[in-house]
Amino acid sequence: MNAEQREYDVVVVGAGGAGIRAAIEAKAQGARTALVCKSLFGKAHTVMAEGGIAAALRNVWKEDGWDVHFRDTMRGGKLVSSWRMAQIHAQEAPDRVLELEEWGALFDRTPDGLILQRDFGGHRYARLAHVGDRTGLEMIRTLQNRAVEVGIDVLMECSIQRLLTDDGRVSGCVGYWRQSGRVVVLRAKAVVLATGGVGKCWRITSNSWEYTGDGMAMALEAGADLIDMEFVQFHPTGMVWPASVRGILVTEGVRGDGGTLRNSKGERFMFRYIPDFFRAETADTEAEADAWYEDKTKRRTPDLLPRDEVARAINAEVKAGRGSPHGGVFLDIATRRPAEYIRARLPSMYHQFKELADIDITKEPMEVGPTLHYIMGGVRVDPDTTASTVPGLFAAGEVAAGLHGANRLGGNSLSDLLVFGRRAGLYAAEHAARERAPRVDPAQVDEAARRMAAPLERGGEGEEPYALHSELQDTMHELVGIIRTQSELDEAVRRLGSLRERSAGVAAKGGARFNPGWNLALDLRSMLTVAEAVTRSAALRKESRGGHTRDDFPKADPEWAKVNVVTRLRDGRLELATEPLPELPEDLRALVLAEAQPPPRQEQHPEMESTAPAGMAGVRP
Amino acid sequence: MTEATGTREATVRVWRGEDRASGGFAEYTVSVDPGMVVLDVVFRVQATAAPDLAVRWNCKAGKCGSCSAEVNGHPRLMCMTRLSSLPEGEPITVAPMATFPLVRDLVTDVSFNYEKAKTVPAFRPAPPGPDGKRRMYQQEVERVQEFHKCIECFLCQNVCHVIRDHEENKQAFSGPRFFVRLAALEMHPLDTNDRIDLIRAKHGLGFCNITKCCTEVCPEDIHITDNAIIPLKERVVTEFYDPLAWAKRRIFGPR
Repeated sequence: MNAEQREYDVVVVGAGGAGIRAAIEAKAQGARTALVCKSLFGKAHTVMAEGGIAAALRNVWKEDGWDVHFRDTMRGGKLVSSWRMAQIHAQEAPDRVLELEEWGALFDRTPDGLILQRDFGGHRYARLAHVGDRTGLEMIRTLQNRAVEVGIDVLMECSIQRLLTDDGRVSGCVGYWRQSGRVVVLRAKAVVLATGGVGKCWRITSNSWEYTGDGMAMALEAGADLIDMEFVQFHPTGMVWPASVRGILVTEGVRGDGGTLRNSKGERFMFRYIPDFFRAETADTEAEADAWYEDKTKRRTPDLLPRDEVARAINAEVKAGRGSPHGGVFLDIATRRPAEYIRARLPSMYHQFKELADIDITKEPMEVGPTLHYIMGGVRVDPDTTASTVPGLFAAGEVAAGLHGANRLGGNSLSDLLVFGRRAGLYAAEHAARERAPRVDPAQVDEAARRMAAPLERGGEGEEPYALHSELQDTMHELVGIIRTQSELDEAVRRLGSLRERSAGVAAKGGARFNPGWNLALDLRSMLTVAEAVTRSAALRKESRGGHTRDDFPKADPEWAKVNVVTRLRDGRLELATEPLPELPEDLRALVLAEAQPPPRQEQHPEMESTAPAGMAGVRP
Repeated sequence: MTEATGTREATVRVWRGEDRASGGFAEYTVSVDPGMVVLDVVFRVQATAAPDLAVRWNCKAGKCGSCSAEVNGHPRLMCMTRLSSLPEGEPITVAPMATFPLVRDLVTDVSFNYEKAKTVPAFRPAPPGPDGKRRMYQQEVERVQEFHKCIECFLCQNVCHVIRDHEENKQAFSGPRFFVRLAALEMHPLDTNDRIDLIRAKHGLGFCNITKCCTEVCPEDIHITDNAIIPLKERVVTEFYDPLAWAKRRIFGPR
């Protein structure tokens, strides 16, 4: 073993919102901290987040509060979220947003100069702090600048392939520099995984090439548990045309700002898809739905039901032959808001459709359809510390599971990244302060190095990585999509098994220096692992809930609301089990299960004047 | 929908190699579909002919600024350049950005920009108001929000002739991307840091002779020259070359 070696207290793998926030916190705690990005710094998927950061800041609706946000999150997650994570998240999100402002972020403002908040699916009140429809860019750039300011070591274009362990504890990780192809070993007392999701396993996705499940696969390999892998979110509104941009995200903010979904007959079909679970809080007439934007005593428009509901509804409309010409439905804001308002609120959507589809969204409806967007499942973590079941290994953001249960609400991801990113950095640094210097086992490094070199050594002689990836994407899309059924899941497991066998002989042409074919060959391994975890978890959960819909078990089953599906790697094979969820305390249970929405709260701050912006203010009941 | 339907063949000339002296263009013919962008064509080449073709990309939606290149000689994001905007029937030329050292094929070493970022003095907010809140108004933040649209594609850096044609200027000149960043900080309603001397002395604002090449290539339509560079130049002039301001400083001390 003569690879480059570096030593740190805390290594953060992944440099989206969660990773950068974790690194900032670890550094603030005095830990020697490295932040590893698979791409250039500032390009992670967080940059694509559009709508906003959910936090009960109470700038627009002082009736809001952490308890309402908590209730919305738990209900959106179909009651299988980690209640403690949901509580911490709702309580701490406002401080994390204000902290971004402290670091230079410029959110859109209310008329009296505070952070403006917008409506989003599943949220009782306008709650999302935002910057037009480019909130993620503002967030990642603010965090990036802060990280540079505090002097964090940023390792760019470095792909981590394996966690190192010493006697069951994490001792670092090993990967390669994409620019040179050379192996690098990072010794560390603690590792924070912030590697994001798994979107590239599917054909139509809003995710970039980086979303290959590396963190989850490495965590499994190190002995950690994954949970909830069957819960995968199809964002209801991705672009459907032209084919080459199919899947690119269209923000929920379009509906939050007044847009509505229509089928080919012009019907606002969402009124036909209101589930019993949300009936009491959802408008059933167009008049009430349209009034809700300005009057929160009215019930919310079904256009803003949680994403799982909307994605299934669109899927059903298309199947019933009421879809748009390119296999989606119509998203219309042109007839509902003035052009000037649309361009001001949704500038990047305007630009995106104009440039990529020749559509002027101020004049014509958009064509949209579901796109694989997010995975609720991931590494099982302690709700307070983000510690995985392996000592020294922490996880935050999309790679971690628990907060979002069976379905994530829009806007809850950016707040998740900030709240649990900070906690991961904090507790990783605390852990590191207690640990002795990490010992690296050369055999583990050699094994990882051999694994990395293998596809190159095969030269052109073997399976082609792009072809294998393409087959994987087709398999997951055809058989593990929005609607699932036992026979198809079984078929998917079989196909994934054969892909795994073939991937053992994957070969990469060319050299190690910035070679995307080789990089993909290596990423296939983790993609196949997480794809199998998703498929088998989906086969195990015999009910429909949130981002997991079974044709053969179409109803939610209260018994399944009591358990997580857990995935572990034992002797090279994935093992699945069901384990009980933590019990929801009585006071919180009452809050969550109350059928009607909680009554508007008493004013907590009598000095606070109504801050709702003109034209958005509701009449207090 | 103005575009014709149907698949056709397209020829693309992609720059290949690990250094500028020995590399050159390689020609590929791939099938293309309506609506495709240049990055899709590069993917087709990867999937069918050159699996090791090096290219940087992430979001493929014009939001991350990774896939900058020179398409038919014009600095562009490959993901936002539709084939229908290029002359049909002629080969498409795709080359790496010229201003930065080559890594391989279409990928360049843009670390220059990340090093410059480290030299920008951070945001320092004024204390909150008496109620503990920070207030800013939409009108005053909007001016700065324009600068925050920057996706760091570095196309402005790539076309800036101060560094494109003069490697020796890179030390003393930070480039348009950082004038945008410095302007954002200087005009931030809450910022209290003073960077004017640094902007003149360390970031080399004086090198810029406002040819507006940067503004022309900005995929985010940031008015780099008019809204960032010229106001900064005015501030530098006021601070250092205005005799009245100079006299005031002599009498009352630096601001």
